[in-house]
Amino acid sequence: MGILLSGSDIDRAIKRISHEIIEHNQGVSNLVLMGIPTRGAYLAERICKFITEIEGAVGCGVLDITLHRDDLRLRPPKPILPTKMPPGGIEGKDLVLVDDVLFSGRTIRAALDAIGELGRPKSVQLAVLVDRGHRELPIRADFVGKNIPTSISESVKVHLREYDSEDLVELIK
Amino acid sequence: MIKIVGAKLADGRVIDLDIDNQVIVKIENSARNLSNGAVDGSSKLLIPGLVDMHTHLREPGREDSETVLTGSRAAVAGGFTAVSTMANTNPVADNAGVVEQIYRLGKEAGLVDVNPIGAVTNGLNGEKLSEMGAMADSIAKVRIFSDDGKCVSDPLIMRRALEYVKTFNGIIAQHAQEPRLTVNAQMNEGSVSARIGLPGWPAIAEEAIIARDILLAEHVQSRLHICHVTTAGGVELIRWAKQRGIQVTAEVTPHHLLLTDDLVENYDPIYKVNPPLRTQKDVMALREGLAEGIIDIVATDHAPHPSEDKDCEFHAGAFGMVGLETALSVVVKTMVETGLMSWPDLIDRMSIAPAKIAGYATQGREIEVGMPANFILINPDQRWTVDKNKLKSKSKNTPFNGLELPVVVTDVFHNGEHVMKNGEILNMKAGSNGR
Amino acid sequence: MITGHLLSASDLTKESALGLLATAKELAQITDGPNKKLPTLRGKTVVNLFFEDSTRTRISFESAAKRLSADVINFSAKGSSVSKGESLKDTAQTLQAMGADAVVIRHSSSGAAKRLADTQWIQAAVINAGDGTHEHPTQALLDAFTIKQHLKSSEKDLSGVKVLIVGDILHSRVARSNVILLTKLGAKVTLVAPPTLLPVGVNDWPVKISYNFDEEIEDCDVVMMLRIQLERMNDSFFPSAQEYSKRYGLNTSRLQKLSKSAIVMHPGPMNRGLEISAESADDLKSVIIDQVKNGVAVRMAVLYELLGGAPIGEQR
Repeated sequence: MGILLSGSDIDRAIKRISHEIIEHNQGVSNLVLMGIPTRGAYLAERICKFITEIEGAVGCGVLDITLHRDDLRLRPPKPILPTKMPPGGIEGKDLVLVDDVLFSGRTIRAALDAIGELGRPKSVQLAVLVDRGHRELPIRADFVGKNIPTSISESVKVHLREYDSEDLVELIK
Repeated sequence: MIKIVGAKLADGRVIDLDIDNQVIVKIENSARNLSNGAVDGSSKLLIPGLVDMHTHLREPGREDSETVLTGSRAAVAGGFTAVSTMANTNPVADNAGVVEQIYRLGKEAGLVDVNPIGAVTNGLNGEKLSEMGAMADSIAKVRIFSDDGKCVSDPLIMRRALEYVKTFNGIIAQHAQEPRLTVNAQMNEGSVSARIGLPGWPAIAEEAIIARDILLAEHVQSRLHICHVTTAGGVELIRWAKQRGIQVTAEVTPHHLLLTDDLVENYDPIYKVNPPLRTQKDVMALREGLAEGIIDIVATDHAPHPSEDKDCEFHAGAFGMVGLETALSVVVKTMVETGLMSWPDLIDRMSIAPAKIAGYATQGREIEVGMPANFILINPDQRWTVDKNKLKSKSKNTPFNGLELPVVVTDVFHNGEHVMKNGEILNMKAGSNGR
Repeated sequence: MITGHLLSASDLTKESALGLLATAKELAQITDGPNKKLPTLRGKTVVNLFFEDSTRTRISFESAAKRLSADVINFSAKGSSVSKGESLKDTAQTLQAMGADAVVIRHSSSGAAKRLADTQWIQAAVINAGDGTHEHPTQALLDAFTIKQHLKSSEKDLSGVKVLIVGDILHSRVARSNVILLTKLGAKVTLVAPPTLLPVGVNDWPVKISYNFDEEIEDCDVVMMLRIQLERMNDSFFPSAQEYSKRYGLNTSRLQKLSKSAIVMHPGPMNRGLEISAESADDLKSVIIDQVKNGVAVRMAVLYELLGGAPIGEQR
């Protein structure tokens, strides 16, 4: 078990991702964020707050992907979590999806389907705190906090103070 | 000649006993000397053969669920030496022809006395008296008449029936169920039926008929028998009638001494029976009534049904449970093991009293020299677990499957014949009991 | 989350019921969107096994299953082998052979759903869509959902909400399920009916009993009218339709006695002019159409929770 990112590393990564998002989208006028529960939703809120401070107000929502998972029939059913639309909706917007760890890409595949139920954004981008590799689908992140090469048998655990009482990313072998 | 060595009687004596030519010829204190060919009675209790005044053997008509032969085998396995078979066969036993047929089938089976009960009304339809006199005069010598399964609900028909059977000292066995209060009824009406939404069969539908018929029996000075009493109120009414000297007798089934209506909560029709399982309060009143003798006898209401009539939803299920093979054990469990009754009490309620009510002279007699040899050996200390697939009855609808019960019946002697030996029913040829 | 079967409202805990209602709320939002269909139950087969006619309940379950992309087979007793005397057991075994993942059963015999679940006739998840005079648990769930939707005080649960259930309690599966569920969620339930239409044994239920509608109506939050079957009249449960309507019907004068925020419910189909007047049914207080709409969301939630995961024993 090893610490991959400390609390201040996470802060810096969020700030850098926020700047990159503003840069890439040339401002925030058409921008909305949606976090994938549980931790992706808190990360999206943090990014939203920082962008709002440095550039201007941006809408933030929550996107539950449970009903679109492709592994439903392999595990016990999970409760559905609330999906919250960002103020102003997503129709025609540049939508940035936010999640904590990018791994197989299956969650993001489900998220793209879930977005399809809600409307038709102009573009969909992806921001993740950690990219640990081992993709099983042709999906990549536009904004990455840290790339961490891992073995398939390891796992990456993100702790956020809103949910886990501290900010920390650790590698569990 | 058959010799039994070292058996214990209900009074505690350990004896040797000889049977010859259908009667007990010798009883003496046991020499405990097991000679060749003698039956080892040691550690066993020797009691009179049980008498069941209320059995359904389904023949003629529903031979897929039971025949007189398979029912006789079930009776022997349960320790019975005489059964009375209810009239709701197809065709109905409402004439001399049908009762003689059943009587002959019983003789051919040759395992127990099979005494047909005659219908009170033609086709059990409650409208016109059957030819009870002809049935009484037939070779079956019918003395008990019942429309069991249905109630003789018309008070005038009931009055006439009670009066008419006096000519041959008959008795009317009433299935007490007021039909208008039990339309489509499925189970006891009360807390459980309210919750699980099954149409109720209220206790008062039974008690109203018991009360009416007691008064009728008093008025016409005739004998009335109440089948399968199930309610505390019914016991009270019969107590009152007996105090007034009215000629009423009553029976309770083993299942009503043990099971309660909350079993129906899983909607398994195995617990569907008519009259229905009642509450714990009723069970306690029935046990007390039986112990006190207010309820005179235990009768099985053995009601065989094929599996498809129970493997279904509750409404579609048939009413009834098989009971011949578990009766003695359930009565011991509920009455003797609880300390409510002694073994002599049990012998009275399951053998002596029913034989007396039914008028079966060779049954339910004392174990004495000169008496007909209708008795059984049981192991009172052995326990067994009910396995429905091992029942001798053709039908397997027992509510006691998997239940551990006391007392094993090992040997049955019917009219001097050793018809069950160490749990094995001997292959009797038709008519081999020599009468 | 619920697992296995949904046979009775008593299968639900307060937590699992509130969880189902929350799931239903999410599903209702999604299916209000432009695309009503979710891929969640793709490849699952839901059989609507209806031994009694009930077009409303059947189409509600059917659209719930279809919105989750399940395949739906409608098996109704009329015109099928059932009307030729086939037993429930044989029907169930047939459906098992056809690979049913869930059976939604409506049957005239109380306990039929439980028999289907308890016996080895079929392995599918069983959902009780009304069994005889026993229960109709999804109706109670949609009623609870509708009450929560309309009463501001019921954000968390139904604590303190006063509900009148009026009419044929004796024969009503809707009433039984609602008594169990609504009281579990904290509501105070009063049953209003003539004594002939209350079961013997009702005194053991956690409810107040009243024979007098007018005495109860003023301070209630919800008045739920039950359908009265006219054939009950022939069995002397009440003397005449007119007398029943006068004493136990929701008419304009009773409607006016209701508090401002109270709502009127009916499980349908209504006998307008008998247990409920046309004006009452169409009044602003009436949420009867919402009940129908919420039925689909609630049934989607039930199907999702029972079928959304791997079958028990096959989970990774």
